[in-house]
Amino acid sequence: MTTWNVRVNGREVSVEAPPMARVLDVLRESLGLTGSKEGCGEGECGSCTVLLDGRPTCACLVPIFQVEGRELCTVEGVAGTELDPLQRVMIEAGGVQCGACTPGIVVSLRALLDRDPRPTRAAVRESIAGNLCRCTGYERILRAVEELVGSEEADA
Amino acid sequence: MTVALRPTSLSEALDALGANGAVAVAGCTDLMVVDHAPARAHATVVDLSRLPELRGVREDSGGLWIGAATTFAELRESKLVRERFPIVAEMAGTIGALQIQNRATVGGNIANASPAGDSLPVWMALDAEVEIAGRSGSRRVPYDEMHRAYRETALAPGELIVGLRLPAADEALEQRFRKVGTRAAQAISKVVVALAARVHGDELHGLRIAAGSVAPTPVRLRAAEALVEGQPLTPDLAAAAGLAAAREVTPIDDVRSTADYRRFVLARTVRRMLLACQGGEA
Amino acid sequence: MALSSPLSPLGQSPPRPDGPGKVTGATRYLDDLEVPGVWYGATVRSKVAAGRIRRVDGDAARALGAVVVTAADLPGPNVLKVIAEDWPVLAAERVEHVAQPIALVAAPTRELARRAAAAVVVEVDAEPAVFETTDPATTLPSGRDRVLASCRSARGDASGALANPAVVVVEGVYSTGHQEHVYIEPQGALAIPDREGHFEVIGSIQCPYYVHGALEHLFGPGSVRVRQAPTGGGFGGKEEFPDMLCAHVALLARASGHPVKIVYERSEDINGTTKRHPSRVRVRTGHAPDGTLLAVEIDAVLDGGAFITLSPVVLSRAVLHAAGPYRCENVTIEGRALATNTAPNGAFRGFGAPQTQFAMERHMDRAARALGLDPLTIRARNAYRPGDVTPTGQVLGDDTSALECLRVAAERADFLRRWTLHERARAAFHLRGLPAPGIGLSLFWHGTGFTGNGERKMRSPVRLALLADGAVEIRVAATDFGQGTEVVLAQIVADALGCELARVRFAEPDTDRVPDSGPTVASRTVSVVGSALFEAGQLLANELARAGGVVADLLAGQDELVVEAHYEPDPTTDFDEATYQGTAYAAYGYGCDVVEVEVCPDSLATTVQRALFVADVGHAIHPVLCAGQLEGGALQAIGQGTIEEMRLENGRYLQDRLTSYLIPTAQDAPDMETILLEHPSTMGPAGAKGVGELPADGGAPAVIAAIENATGIACGDAPATAERLLADLLAGHVVPGGSSVDPFGLELAR
Ligand SMILES: Cc1cc2nc3c(=O)[nH]c(=O)nc-3n(C[C@@H](O)[C@@H](O)[C@H](O)COP(=O)(O)OP(=O)(O)OC[C@H]3O[C@@H](n4cnc5c(N)ncnc54)[C@H](O)[C@@H]3O)c2cc1C
Ligand code: FES
Ligand code: FES
Repeated sequence: MTTWNVRVNGREVSVEAPPMARVLDVLRESLGLTGSKEGCGEGECGSCTVLLDGRPTCACLVPIFQVEGRELCTVEGVAGTELDPLQRVMIEAGGVQCGACTPGIVVSLRALLDRDPRPTRAAVRESIAGNLCRCTGYERILRAVEELVGSEEADA
Repeated sequence: MTVALRPTSLSEALDALGANGAVAVAGCTDLMVVDHAPARAHATVVDLSRLPELRGVREDSGGLWIGAATTFAELRESKLVRERFPIVAEMAGTIGALQIQNRATVGGNIANASPAGDSLPVWMALDAEVEIAGRSGSRRVPYDEMHRAYRETALAPGELIVGLRLPAADEALEQRFRKVGTRAAQAISKVVVALAARVHGDELHGLRIAAGSVAPTPVRLRAAEALVEGQPLTPDLAAAAGLAAAREVTPIDDVRSTADYRRFVLARTVRRMLLACQGGEA
Repeated sequence: MALSSPLSPLGQSPPRPDGPGKVTGATRYLDDLEVPGVWYGATVRSKVAAGRIRRVDGDAARALGAVVVTAADLPGPNVLKVIAEDWPVLAAERVEHVAQPIALVAAPTRELARRAAAAVVVEVDAEPAVFETTDPATTLPSGRDRVLASCRSARGDASGALANPAVVVVEGVYSTGHQEHVYIEPQGALAIPDREGHFEVIGSIQCPYYVHGALEHLFGPGSVRVRQAPTGGGFGGKEEFPDMLCAHVALLARASGHPVKIVYERSEDINGTTKRHPSRVRVRTGHAPDGTLLAVEIDAVLDGGAFITLSPVVLSRAVLHAAGPYRCENVTIEGRALATNTAPNGAFRGFGAPQTQFAMERHMDRAARALGLDPLTIRARNAYRPGDVTPTGQVLGDDTSALECLRVAAERADFLRRWTLHERARAAFHLRGLPAPGIGLSLFWHGTGFTGNGERKMRSPVRLALLADGAVEIRVAATDFGQGTEVVLAQIVADALGCELARVRFAEPDTDRVPDSGPTVASRTVSVVGSALFEAGQLLANELARAGGVVADLLAGQDELVVEAHYEPDPTTDFDEATYQGTAYAAYGYGCDVVEVEVCPDSLATTVQRALFVADVGHAIHPVLCAGQLEGGALQAIGQGTIEEMRLENGRYLQDRLTSYLIPTAQDAPDMETILLEHPSTMGPAGAKGVGELPADGGAPAVIAAIENATGIACGDAPATAERLLADLLAGHVVPGGSSVDPFGLELAR
């Protein structure tokens, strides 16, 4: 066991784990952050997506030792005291069904919108192409983002 | 238990890799996949992501130098890459999905040496040179000589890929890339082809075509190249080259596709890419 | 028409109450639960498809500190009771499919459990196995009969009509393959034992009472309480299979005295659990020259896998939907489910109906071409109208909307003009090297609720409880695994009570707290459970009115007041299982899908660009969720029609990981438009019909029809992978006008 220092959702944390422990397991088991899910364990489904220094990454494929001194953001870090507008619109527009893909999709979309506040439909599709959803057919997720972007433009 | 080392210089890394059972890791997108779980039991893992010698994309005597630890996302985002070698950026955008592109590295793709590795035919077609370093020094290997047999590369134990050198590209350099997978994203190639040539009138010169997923290693399509090189490129010639390409490869039936399909698609793709160099529709 | 008043919550789309937990990651799914002292289970599985077990030895695993359970350790009968009693909890003398559970281990850590499982010694004498329904073997190597179920539905004289020389006869054989559910949360369950030898079982499951029944069968009455954890997708895959997994964790909890959890890894899940039944369907139709159907003869064979499980009911639904939403006087449909040495195939959204309707829809396109008609005209000529009679003799009601769905979809998509354009332009595309565009259409129906007298036999109760704070709690075993059940049922109850939606709560599905309102299957939740809840709501409203609306008066010091109601099927209807005559379903939903594709001229890869779904849902109680069901279901079906392929190698699925079993990503999914039609049934609340399964019927035939329109390749098999299309091209499976695919390179593949 070694101690690793990582910034998780804006807080410095130290965790003990073997160096090759998956970030996904450390988050879920050592830090109690169970929002990130394991759907495949091999980088295909994206339900474990977290931001590593701001970039979407599969937590199932990252060993803990590589994030020493770096910054992770999980789905638990997206909302403040209130839901993020993206989260609200995902619910309202029907972008959430069983919810197993949802944390990963919220993280991927948040990263997209931070980089590109007015993405095209194609860009939204690409941003979640690594997040499999078996329930929605994706349409309502795309519309959620479109509603959000539309309403923010209307506010501006 | 595994010991993880995080060297900050190339020589430190090479020393660490000299130890028994030591293995290099970069983006870990191959290494951490569950099926390879035993890989996690290596005695020592040596992280390459902090080696300045392996990082960056820069001009290099008219060409381009790409560090082995460059991720596919960085390739896509690099202005130099997009301007000089648009097919490199295009290829990088077809690797897995964003989560993979953000982690997977060029060096890992080459060293992993999957016959379906999408970057490999591109480096081959662009006549890249691989910069390799070992404890006894460094050397350069033409990309054509990089892949020796199924999943076997020119790397000796303890050696690392430092970077790639791409020779200068001018306006006249035609570059084409085509990946055929089962779906639009997150798909391993069933056939992947890259092509580079200089166009002189209706002729192609210095033509290099390489393909993946059609043989145990990525391969140059030399018979096809020879037919077309320096000849007036007609639709018939393009077709003949397509057929020649399909006949010189040794694809297999596997979980993703069939040998028949791969030959069929390779022939048609090569024909189409050649015609596209002539301004035909691609 | 609609029962709802202007203020009614029906037809609104209120946000789902489970939404915030899901978007923030706060919702605890099974693997997220913190369970003190939990042990981890693992399963030792067969490596061969058929064989005699010579030895199972767990000593080495025990030496590692694990507990081991084999068939010899079962307290009760070694069988999971579904319909028949042939599905063993653990293989005893024989194994009958790859990945069949043989032994179980549990240990304090996941890693140790894995090692212990690997240490269990299993010796099996392998036998030659049976994998194809076309295999002539009449028994499995174990000696069991291969016919798992058969049934027949007939009306009029189909063979007589087909023999008439004036009739144009069209014949075809169609097939569909295994399909994996790919719920994003894998199967998982947890059992917590208590001192009296009882268990609490928590699972990622669709049907708490199925598990309850299975475990009582094993451990005796009163031994078990079953709770549903938030469930990350099911699609039928968590209908009957969890009986097995829950039995396993319970056995391990009993043996170890610890809570035991098993969550499958993805490849274990794919290898070990149920799939959609593969099908092979022969269709012969007789037509008048204008396309009118004069006779339909269908022979459907489903691959049931190694055990009976749900195959008889899947087959029944397959047969009852096989002739599609088309009127015809002379119909004969025969169906058989045959055993093979694979994991049992089981419930999957649509339950047999997608397989047979795939065949019928592809066949209608074939018949149209044989008759010189287009896909729209032949369907419009034959689509059910109100008053038409189904093969079981059921007279269809005024809400019969097949023709309306077809009309709305065809108009909205400008179908006929574009289909004709692509037909004419076909030859031109490949020459220019451009992707070939195509458009395809499918028309389909889906019966709501259990087949025949199922609901009458079940008479399953629902309850509403009025609580002291004035809230009303819904107590049903209906589970939400994504569909939005909680909010939709609350809307129905609020409507019946005339109260605010916020006043209605949904009790956790827990067999100690909710009655057995039946399984969450067969598109029955809103229509059947919802109807009964509406009834209960009205009962409660009456009671409240009598008490002057004062809750405290009505409760009179009690904690709660519980009312119970049942779904009451129309007493004038009946279904005869022996003759297959009568009312097969109390209501039918109808749908029409239009799918547009482009096919790459070089690789034959299909890009699905746009899709239009028109569906009659009776009454859209929550339009956003309704559309979500239709779109998600359709994309699964489009995946089934294009890329979702499973092949067997020595009985093992070659595509057993998410790197090889590929489902559509966001970049593969088309832009979608959904149009909801409302032709209220006499069955569900405010006329609602089932919506969960309907979309599973239409996507595959529509997308393959579009590929045909684009390429001229007449593919009768799902999935129409690029490799399949190439093989069809080589075999000359091409429409009369010829293919658009230029032949260059074909000789390489011959
Ligand atoms: C979901 C998913 C999708 C994928 N999709 C694609 C795809 O579409 N196309 C494709 O081509 N690939 C794909 N891949 C594989 C691709 O991600 C890898 O091949 C990647 O490029 C490997 O890089 P890495 O940095 O992650 O390597 P690692 O996993 O860190 O290492 C892989 C191997 O390379 C060695 N290595 C790494 N760097 C060096 C170096 N500089 N010198 C010498 N040896 C080195 C390591 O020792 C190890 O043996 C996919 C992978 C996943 C998980
Ligand atoms: S669990 Fe990490 S990508 Fe599926
Ligand atoms: S909502 Fe269920 S997988 Fe996306």
